Amino acid sequence: MTEPSSVLPMSRRDLLAMIGLVAGSGASYRAMASMGLVAESTYKGPIKLDGGAKGKSVLILGAGHAGSVAAYELRKAGYKVQILEYNERVGGRCWTLRGGDKFTELGGATQTCGFDPGLYVNPGPWRIPFHHRALLDYCKRFGVALEPFVQVNYNAYLHSTEAFGGKPQRYRNIHADFNGHVAELLAKCTSQNKLDDAVSKEDTEILLSALKEWGALDKNYSYASNPQSSERRGWEKPPGGGIGGAPIPSTPMSTSDVLKSGLWHHLSIGQQVEFQTTLFQPVGGMDGVAKAFQREIGDLVRYRSKVTKIDQNDSKVTVTYVDSQTGGAPMQATADYCLCTIPLSVLSQIDIKVGPKMARAIRAVPYESAVKLGLQFKRRFWEEDEHIYGGTSYTDMPIRLIGYPNTGYHSSGKGVLLGGYMFGPNAYEFTALPPAERVRKAVEYGSKIHAQYKTEFDNGIAVGWHRVPWTLGCAGTWTEDTRAAHYDNLCQLDGRIMLAGEHASYVNAWQEGALLSSLNAIERLHKHVQSH
Amino acid sequence: MIKPKNLLCAAVLLTLPAFASQALAGDVSFSRGYTFEERDGKSIYENVCQGCHMADAKGATGAGRYPALAENPRLAGKMYPAILVLKGQGAMPVFGDVMDDEQIANVVNYVRSQFGNAYTDKLTPAEIAALRPPKKP
Repeated sequence: MTEPSSVLPMSRRDLLAMIGLVAGSGASYRAMASMGLVAESTYKGPIKLDGGAKGKSVLILGAGHAGSVAAYELRKAGYKVQILEYNERVGGRCWTLRGGDKFTELGGATQTCGFDPGLYVNPGPWRIPFHHRALLDYCKRFGVALEPFVQVNYNAYLHSTEAFGGKPQRYRNIHADFNGHVAELLAKCTSQNKLDDAVSKEDTEILLSALKEWGALDKNYSYASNPQSSERRGWEKPPGGGIGGAPIPSTPMSTSDVLKSGLWHHLSIGQQVEFQTTLFQPVGGMDGVAKAFQREIGDLVRYRSKVTKIDQNDSKVTVTYVDSQTGGAPMQATADYCLCTIPLSVLSQIDIKVGPKMARAIRAVPYESAVKLGLQFKRRFWEEDEHIYGGTSYTDMPIRLIGYPNTGYHSSGKGVLLGGYMFGPNAYEFTALPPAERVRKAVEYGSKIHAQYKTEFDNGIAVGWHRVPWTLGCAGTWTEDTRAAHYDNLCQLDGRIMLAGEHASYVNAWQEGALLSSLNAIERLHKHVQSH
Repeated sequence: MIKPKNLLCAAVLLTLPAFASQALAGDVSFSRGYTFEERDGKSIYENVCQGCHMADAKGATGAGRYPALAENPRLAGKMYPAILVLKGQGAMPVFGDVMDDEQIANVVNYVRSQFGNAYTDKLTPAEIAALRPPKKP
């Protein structure tokens, strides 16, 4: 390995070298994309498909969000609609596992979820940013009850196996100490006139006041053990009542310890637009959205339909499919148009009659590897022992994070944690393990953060998205180069066939991307019908 | 073009795993960071490839399929699997960014000599290197 064991202390030359390394790496770009460096939703409000459907029919392939929303809106606009869906349910990757649910992955391993009633894990999407307005609008229109999803929890942990002796640190401490020390350093530079080139004389005073406030500095612009810093990082002994109630301030960690720990890395996650407060989750599981769509368009769906061929000519589209469970004789469905929302990992293996540009685009988008684990414990020790209510702890171990349930606080009985959520190499490596081994490893790693894992673990379930039979991966991954070469070709109407899904959006791996892609596609399809 | 400002962010994001996880002793090991650390063909196959192509290399079928690598005549030419691993295609992910030339050569050589495949000509790291696009200045 050429990577340093710690990023700090880092010289400018090291940093430039690292940037060079990153600049040359498409993987880095994909990682960035998967971490969600994208803009807010472009949703314009409920779609208006005026002017009538001219008696046209649309065959939709796939009943995930892209297919479902198209079916809902196109039927409303007067189109004859039918959906073919591989699974026996609506929702696609919007999916929730509860006690008694069985999941058979590719390779044949079957897991039966052993969670107690009311407990669940969302193997796919699990949070809805406040600005994913299309999804929120449909939740509102369909009466899907929402509750807050906690992204940043100041009392959760940041953990590195190589910092603080492997002892998890409260987010609050790292956050306060990193800001405090940086503010103090900057205040020193400012008052020693080292920033004169960058800050005007009148702004200097303002900057000093701001740094004092931002970093909880004392009157001498020091970040020190005192009530100001303890109001941010917490007290050694918190304020109490009656005799002996006086608080004792805590002592900040040293600048060097905080910097060397690398834990500051995690502070920026909750500052990204996609993770800024407020986020939501449907009450009872993310599949509340899928169930709402199923109520609306379930009557249009032919379940257990595995598409084998998509053909078109001047007058119609013909899709051949077989029963996904029993096989048997091929069946056919026809329509004037086809909206295909099948993931490209699957579609690239289906005989589809489209022009060479779209055909190349379909084959050009690899699917990200991702793994999620749900772990049930005999009690909610994270609340009872550690006062962590919802949110996420982050670690440098392969599990990457532990997600705490953002619901059912203080309930007695068992509880379910998101025991890991990985991308990249660790996701491949976990997928390559048998399901029980994935769970065992996640428990082993998690116990480094919560020792209670060892005695309180009950049962678990692990979904590796490359083993999910109907997606063969988690989400489409684009690079700058593949976007430039193929994205428009993927999205355009090809004869009578149009594609939609999160892969045909710039909001990849998010439910909002599937909805925006599909709404944009049917808007263009409707316009085409109007002009022909 | 990615602007330099964004690159800085990327550098910070992507170096996180550099001070990352360590395998617990005597157990399956996991890579640190955004590149694979397995070196020999067998380890790469068992820790990465078998996630999709399965332990017996017989693949699997759902809505789509992962092809069997066992007794696969398409492996007769060594460059075909080399290009697929390096550049991906369809459901096959791109590994060129996360494995080096030697790793790709090792895993291709492993698969072409196992699972009922008995091809004896070897792929070299130099042959992988030649398939990579020239580095931008």
